[in-house]
Amino acid sequence: MGKRRNVRQWALAYALLLPSLVVFAVFAYLPLYRLVHFSLYQQSSRLGGGERYVGFGAVWDVLSGERFLQGTWITIKFLIFTVPAGIALGVLLAMAAHRRLKGIKIFQTIFSSTVASSVAVSSVVFLTLVNEQIGLLRNVSWLSLKSPNSALFAAALSSVWQNLGLTFVIVLAALQTVPEELLEAAHLDGYGAVRRFFRVVVPLISPALFFLAIVLVVYGFQAYAQIELITGGGPLRSTETLLYRITKLQKNTDLQVGASMSLGLFGLTFLVALVQFRLLERRVTYGN
Amino acid sequence: MATDAPRRGAAIGWYVLLSALSLIVLFPVWMTIARALSDGSATLFARTPSVLPYSPIQWDAFSRAFTEGGLGRPLLVSGLVTLIIVAAQTATAVGAAYAFAFLEFPFKRIVMVLCAATLLLPIEVTLIANIQTLQEVGLVSPSQGFGEAIGALTLPFLAQAFGIFLIRQGFLGIPKDLRDAAQLDGYSDLGFLRRVAVPVTRPVIGSFVLIAFLSAYNQYVWPRFSVKTNRWDTVQLALRRFGLDNPDQLNLGFAAAIIAALPVLVLLLVFQKQLIRGLTAGAVK
Repeated sequence: MGKRRNVRQWALAYALLLPSLVVFAVFAYLPLYRLVHFSLYQQSSRLGGGERYVGFGAVWDVLSGERFLQGTWITIKFLIFTVPAGIALGVLLAMAAHRRLKGIKIFQTIFSSTVASSVAVSSVVFLTLVNEQIGLLRNVSWLSLKSPNSALFAAALSSVWQNLGLTFVIVLAALQTVPEELLEAAHLDGYGAVRRFFRVVVPLISPALFFLAIVLVVYGFQAYAQIELITGGGPLRSTETLLYRITKLQKNTDLQVGASMSLGLFGLTFLVALVQFRLLERRVTYGN
Repeated sequence: MATDAPRRGAAIGWYVLLSALSLIVLFPVWMTIARALSDGSATLFARTPSVLPYSPIQWDAFSRAFTEGGLGRPLLVSGLVTLIIVAAQTATAVGAAYAFAFLEFPFKRIVMVLCAATLLLPIEVTLIANIQTLQEVGLVSPSQGFGEAIGALTLPFLAQAFGIFLIRQGFLGIPKDLRDAAQLDGYSDLGFLRRVAVPVTRPVIGSFVLIAFLSAYNQYVWPRFSVKTNRWDTVQLALRRFGLDNPDQLNLGFAAAIIAALPVLVLLLVFQKQLIRGLTAGAVK
């Protein structure tokens, strides 16, 4: 009796899981296997012309080559421009809007509104500011799309703006969990506003900031539309992030390089998740 | 009485600060509206850039985005694709979450780890291999028809790990008493799922639906490479059409960007609480 019930439960469980497992098998694990395969075999330029084994040496050549390293460096710069600024501005907006005031909901709605804007929309929005022909700020040198030193910064700025809504919403939700008695007690102990912020508030919201850092890094690795729509990868390939370069390598003859770089991107995402976790874990205060 | 004045002064100070921050946050939106209303040539040849619309003001930019810019069709494609993805993701996630939360079966741990590990495999990493696969089965090609394009746009997203674990967490919050009572009442597993588990966790599922809508409607990279003909462009892809090389339609691109953001903006205003709960899931306990 019990056994039959067990078998029925197994069958039901796998029936419920089947659709998800099929999707994951076909669109996550199969492509991972295929990336490894493509990276190890050079495809022929002729259609159906077969493939030639090139081995791990060829993968290493790509991952230590200029194309991959440049793309990685540009991606890291993009992260440097977007992650700390994103967190800092989210904290600023949330600190400003976390208070009892008449009509505060209106301000909170405004600050969270950029959630509605997709990467593509915010890229078009920022064309009105930074485009070299029509942008309002086209003559501001540190935002200029004409210079390899500033173009990436201009593209990154659109991401910072687009992410404002999300960072604000997350930090505000975290601030709302900080008990007011704690702040009052700190106040009575003679803690000034600055010390209260860094010694009481930041430790308490650090799990949320940690989460935010991870999310923003992941978004940074996935940045594409900003580059295509704002800079087109230029000038002088100075804004060609890793993903942007990978998307240009889809022809049969390029697949070996493209797949190797995709695996490199996978490795980086993995590594960052790991490093970030280790590093922040120690400083993050997990309450009970 | 005496303490009222400084407090009111502080309140005014906060209002000033909050208003200033609001202006900064909204300024790019204003610029987009201003350029949507400006004549394209005027924008292109203005000597000094202005924060105001250039005359002659073109009030019809938003309707012309549909008539000349052909934005209606991409909106329909986006609507259909989003609907399919959200419905499928919700259904598959509820099913899988139920299995993980309430059922015992062989290899449960391994299956859970395999599901969670897909979170480390975003579509950007697997992009070129997935496009290759869909090219081989004929879904991605320059001659792709309606069915093939919709298939290519939706198939990889019919299930997604984030939703599974979010909803599983919701299911795990159901009190054991409720389960026992349902069992005593003779509810089968599916009956419990349908009549108790789903209704009780409606807030969580609702938040997930909104998040799924947001990410399905807003995505760019996958559609960019799985749609090979602009006949099946989504709204986000259609934004590429309006370039600087055609001054007559320059402002239509900015109007299109505003139009593209409107559906999500409406959702945000109507379901603010649920959406925020979804966005902050995982960040705040």
